[in-house]
Amino acid sequence: MSAARTEMGGERGPSDLQHGLHEATPHVPVFTGARRAELDELLTRYPTKMAALLPALWIVQEERGWVSSDAMAEVAQVLELTPAYVKGVVSFYTMYHQHPVGRHFIQVCTTSPCNVCGAEDVVNALLKHTGCEELGVTSADGRYTVIEVECLGACGFATPVMVNEQFIESVTPETVPALLASLR
Amino acid sequence: MGFPHTPHERESLVLSQHFGDQEAIGLEGWRKRGGYVALQKALTMTPAEIVAIVKESGLRGRGGAGFPTGVKWSFMKPGDGKPHYLCCNADESEPGTFKDREIMRWTPHSLVEGCAIGAYAIGADVAYIYIRGEYTEALDKMNAACKEAYAAGILGTNAMGTGKTVHVYVHKGAGAYICGEETALMNSLEGRRGNPRIKPPFPAVAGLFGQPTTINNVETLVAVPHILNNGAEWYKKFGRADNPKSTGTKLFSVCGNIQRPGNYEVAMGFPFKDFLYDLCGGPLPGRQFRAIIPGGISVPIQTREEAENSPMDYEGFVANGTMLGSGGVIVIDDAQNLVKQIARAARFFAHESCAQCTQCREGTAWTTKILERIVAGEGSAEDLDTLLEIAENMTGKTICVLSDSCATPVISGLQKFRGDFEALIKKKKVHMVPAQVA
Ligand SMILES: Cc1cc2nc3c(=O)[nH]c(=O)nc-3n(C[C@H](O)[C@H](O)[C@H](O)COP(=O)(O)O)c2cc1C
Ligand code: SF4
Ligand code: FES
Repeated sequence: MSAARTEMGGERGPSDLQHGLHEATPHVPVFTGARRAELDELLTRYPTKMAALLPALWIVQEERGWVSSDAMAEVAQVLELTPAYVKGVVSFYTMYHQHPVGRHFIQVCTTSPCNVCGAEDVVNALLKHTGCEELGVTSADGRYTVIEVECLGACGFATPVMVNEQFIESVTPETVPALLASLR
Repeated sequence: MGFPHTPHERESLVLSQHFGDQEAIGLEGWRKRGGYVALQKALTMTPAEIVAIVKESGLRGRGGAGFPTGVKWSFMKPGDGKPHYLCCNADESEPGTFKDREIMRWTPHSLVEGCAIGAYAIGADVAYIYIRGEYTEALDKMNAACKEAYAAGILGTNAMGTGKTVHVYVHKGAGAYICGEETALMNSLEGRRGNPRIKPPFPAVAGLFGQPTTINNVETLVAVPHILNNGAEWYKKFGRADNPKSTGTKLFSVCGNIQRPGNYEVAMGFPFKDFLYDLCGGPLPGRQFRAIIPGGISVPIQTREEAENSPMDYEGFVANGTMLGSGGVIVIDDAQNLVKQIARAARFFAHESCAQCTQCREGTAWTTKILERIVAGEGSAEDLDTLLEIAENMTGKTICVLSDSCATPVISGLQKFRGDFEALIKKKKVHMVPAQVA
């Protein structure tokens, strides 16, 4: 993804989210107690520690909402990898956030099958009603981040929108205000 | 089941017969519907016997390439002293395709069972189901099903009381179309960036963790229990009498400008015209179909005439200018700017290229740039030749076929709808009826 993304789609990826001084907050380890036990169970499933990298990063993101450099260093230490290696993997995948995102992280599919059903109008309606100035830029109140994404695998239910972990299907510009009102 | 619509009488419901049935999701309900009978039986057979039946059934991979499943399984040599692995490809990211999602949402145990049989048949103790990270509901359902299957002794070191070891684990992806490519999926599962690997070595020789590995699509694996229960002859009856090369039923996902989008299951060889107009309800009011992409966005675009002549099987689509691919049917009507949609498809590939190969990294980017320029009314006559030149350079030259897939809509689009491109370049109005439906 890397080079192509910067070239073609960088403006639409979460990597351009506005970020501030959040790295200044001291890192509290993730892999203690129940989360450590969960990882230990996962490690029994694979012949290498490295194979638990994606699952470990998911645990971090579930706990913290994003994956900080300190968290990458912690994962690296736990799985006996280098922080640079972990960062290389994190940056390949679109779903790991390398910066904090809005409380409601909204992903809209605009790939051709949804596009022919009016997905771009849904994007515009979402920008308008969330007060987000641009795609990928969190709204001033910190509530929303809207990004365009590629096919979400729900093309028959255009336009699908993902809000954090929740899938919402058949969204139209008209249903956007009600959708946003339902997010609290 | 034209899910989420009521089933049409001309569908052949095998894999999708329980879509929409809440009770089929849990283990108890699944057992009442005949679940795990095939696995019990399989575990008393030899792997070679299972492979022989699957070979005989004519089942072919539903992930896109259509490779015969029994033949793929026969490349594995159980008992060679090495650990073997089965990967189930549930990365489903091919635009237009959303069938594996419904299988996992509604009948998660059918996939656990299919994986367990597949693993046993290739001599693997472990099957991993790699599910794209966005499929949160499917992930929940599959995790719950595995948990139930372990608790009931179906999976584990004494699977169904036979003393055999079968593990099935769910692995969550993190957003990358390319991880649906088989070797990229293996790299991703190993905790690496999802870059496709150079072949050979093929996965059956050195795949996941460097060991012999088989990879199959979700729909391929869920067909196997039905084949074991009903026999190869039964499976072969689904299909055109004059085409023994395509057997069984196939799930087609339908989306775009059509009355009833959804998932439909029909016998191989079903007439595409009847499918589009009867089962799926035809075009939107006042509209006509203009272009159809029947196998996910990576296959050539068909004209309406080509589509209406196609029998829906591997050979039928090839004879009519395209491929069956993943079975993701994308319908585009006469209210759309087709070139804009081809440009959007190119942007998809540019975004998803893993950027290892120069032809792909540069080709997808330039194709997108040029197409978007044409759509914006700033194209020139030479652009079309340049596009074809780039497309040529992107075909058959890279580590995986993502690069070829980006060239495909450009080449087929220019072959079949060149007038649309030329009209935009001449800044004339494209063949496009003003949209009433936004
Ligand atoms: C770029 C690319 C993306 C792919 N995506 C998928 C996918 O999402 N799901 C899938 O089953 N196969 C996908 N495939 C095909 C797989 O590489 C592989 O052929 C398939 O999983 C084999 O399973 P089968 O024999 O059961 O079809 C993809 C191939 C390529 C080149
Ligand atoms: S063809 Fe494209 S996606 Fe495939 S390996 Fe090469 S750069 Fe990566
Ligand atoms: S194209 Fe939008 S979900 Fe597939």
